[in-house]
Amino acid sequence: MNKVMSNKWMIAFYVLPALILVGILIFIPLGLSAYYGLMDWNGIGDMEFIGMENYITAVQDMKFWDSAFHSFLLAFFSTLSLIVYLAISMILASKIKGADLLRKIYLIPMLLSSVAIAQLWIKVFNPSNGILNKMLMGLGVDNPPAWLANPDIVLYAIFIPILWQYAGFYILIYYAALKNIPESLIEAAKIDGASPLQIAYRIKLPLIAGVVKVTIVLAIVGSLKYFDLIYVMTGGGPNGASEVMASYMYKLAFSTNDFGYGSAIGFLLLVITLIVTVIVRKLTADKEELQY
Amino acid sequence: MKKKAVTLFLAITSLVLVLVGCSGGADEGSASQDEKTIEFMHLWPEGSSAQHHKIIEDIVADFESNNEGVNVEVEVLSNEQYKDKMKVLSTSNELPDVGMTWAAGYLEPYVEGNKFASLDDVLEGGLQDSFVSGTTEAYAIDGTTYGLPLELNVAPIYYNKSIFEENGLEVPQTYEEFKQVVATLEENGVEPIALGNKDRWTGSLWYMYFADRIGGPEALTEAIDGNGSFEEPAFVEAAAKIQELADMNAFNAGYNGLSDQEAKSMFMSGQAAMYMIGTWDLPNYTTNEDVPQDFRDSVGYFKFPTVNGQGDQSSFVGGPGVGLFVAENSDVKAEAKDFVSFFVEQWGERSVQDAGVIPATKVDAESMDLPQMYVDVLNDLNNASNITLFADVQMSPDAAEVHLNQIQALFGGEITPEEFAEAHQEAMSSEE
Repeated sequence: MNKVMSNKWMIAFYVLPALILVGILIFIPLGLSAYYGLMDWNGIGDMEFIGMENYITAVQDMKFWDSAFHSFLLAFFSTLSLIVYLAISMILASKIKGADLLRKIYLIPMLLSSVAIAQLWIKVFNPSNGILNKMLMGLGVDNPPAWLANPDIVLYAIFIPILWQYAGFYILIYYAALKNIPESLIEAAKIDGASPLQIAYRIKLPLIAGVVKVTIVLAIVGSLKYFDLIYVMTGGGPNGASEVMASYMYKLAFSTNDFGYGSAIGFLLLVITLIVTVIVRKLTADKEELQY
Repeated sequence: MKKKAVTLFLAITSLVLVLVGCSGGADEGSASQDEKTIEFMHLWPEGSSAQHHKIIEDIVADFESNNEGVNVEVEVLSNEQYKDKMKVLSTSNELPDVGMTWAAGYLEPYVEGNKFASLDDVLEGGLQDSFVSGTTEAYAIDGTTYGLPLELNVAPIYYNKSIFEENGLEVPQTYEEFKQVVATLEENGVEPIALGNKDRWTGSLWYMYFADRIGGPEALTEAIDGNGSFEEPAFVEAAAKIQELADMNAFNAGYNGLSDQEAKSMFMSGQAAMYMIGTWDLPNYTTNEDVPQDFRDSVGYFKFPTVNGQGDQSSFVGGPGVGLFVAENSDVKAEAKDFVSFFVEQWGERSVQDAGVIPATKVDAESMDLPQMYVDVLNDLNNASNITLFADVQMSPDAAEVHLNQIQALFGGEITPEEFAEAHQEAMSSEE
């Protein structure tokens, strides 16, 4: 077998099937959407080549920038929430009672499908029968807000289930990373008289820095292309108050029959996400790699 | 050397398998030479629309037994999935031979893209006369009809008779009386109107009725096709009336964030006194055994009141629901056309009797055993002076999107009636 694997042609042959699949399923559609972005096309009739017009419209489209702003807000809050998840995992990973059970509880939202989560939170947010407003009214609030109807609140209201949905995922990653730190290091620090906070900040955090960086990129990229809960819970409304880039793209392509413009927005979404990823990676790039 | 050959062989085989896997399945459906197969796609799954599903099965079975050698292959999807699949199939030119379409704005791109066959030849020879007037027209573009409508719906206001009784209220005939009803209910702590405006077309119904009563039955249609203007005072006033109602707390709390389904459940659990929706909901208030009998007995409906003494109460907002199309590139076009014509002939009486559909074909209400509310609605339809097609269906998809978003903003008090009118006019004029 070694002989076979040393032949470069053979390696190429083994890699080829997967490469073709990735090409057909990912890169060709990507190229196609960039190409459709150059067209005036309703998705049904004939295409007409209009050059960069769709991209120019997009750059001047306030609705697109509003939705992009909402996506970036989500990215910001997702990144911020990582601190909380990290703190929770630190507590879970230190030997406290019931850590196992708690870990499972935190993981449950990850096991639910997005649509189920959306339906659940639609019920929670229901302005007159929802558990949240019932509770507020019980506490004496006269006019609790209509969470998903008020354009000033809707975006933040919907962020809550989105963050909640992914909490378990990040906690799991951090937990696994923290468990990997050799016990001897922690014990040595304790003997040297370090406080639990110092251990967390000076020893544990630097040792899992690589993982933290990955989660930051995941959180940001995931937020920028986020779609599910927004689509089910508000459809981007009222009047675009909770629209994000992906839901705007979907709306253009599928409800206003503007496939060309929708494709252009989709391609811009990709470009924006790529640029942000590069910037984040540059910002978090390390001078020296820490080892256990 | 031999080993290498074997590996090479395996690698190539797997490559071929991958490629075959990607392209497979395209030709499997084709039948033998003398048997013809009509592919038929509809949107009434057994789970959510059991009666509709059953009627279609029966009609298909009847058609197959009448036509030796013709098979009908049925594919069923739910509403939203159906719409998505239509898009995808039409881009790859693989529409089913017969399928379902919506009227006007939805139809347009398919007709422009030459995907649907003209059905004028099917309508000739008497079939046209069996349709309620105005229904096939909604499926016509430049005088050619591309769809045969199956349903016809108008939107009355349903109300809960027991809530009205408890609060000593009468059915309002004028807008003044209507406001009185709203004020009384609001005072007594009952939600007057259930509205799920997350879906947006629900709020549009209310606006359309005000526009109809204040501006006259033709005003809205003319404004949409460019012969009128949305900045006419009548439209601004109609928008102002919406905000007047919203300011009176006429609609349930948080209506802009609630779906129509949630609003409906408020009405059906007696939490709200009134609810405007199409007559497609009639089974819920008459025959649906899953709804408690005493609730069904306590539901009535009334026509939208006159406003400022203007308007005709027998002018309705509504329109045909889904219709049947035949694909232009179908290789069994003649059989497909026979099928759709057979289908609409069979559909009328069966659908109203078994599924509670108000069909777009004329039926004899007297000869059938129907709940009273059906008889009333069918009579109202016969006496209707005008039916204005749903605004978002009339408009092109782009304009409809503007209209629907503006409706949400108007109900939410984010914009003034003047801004509402302006945005509409702008959207209409950018159409040309």
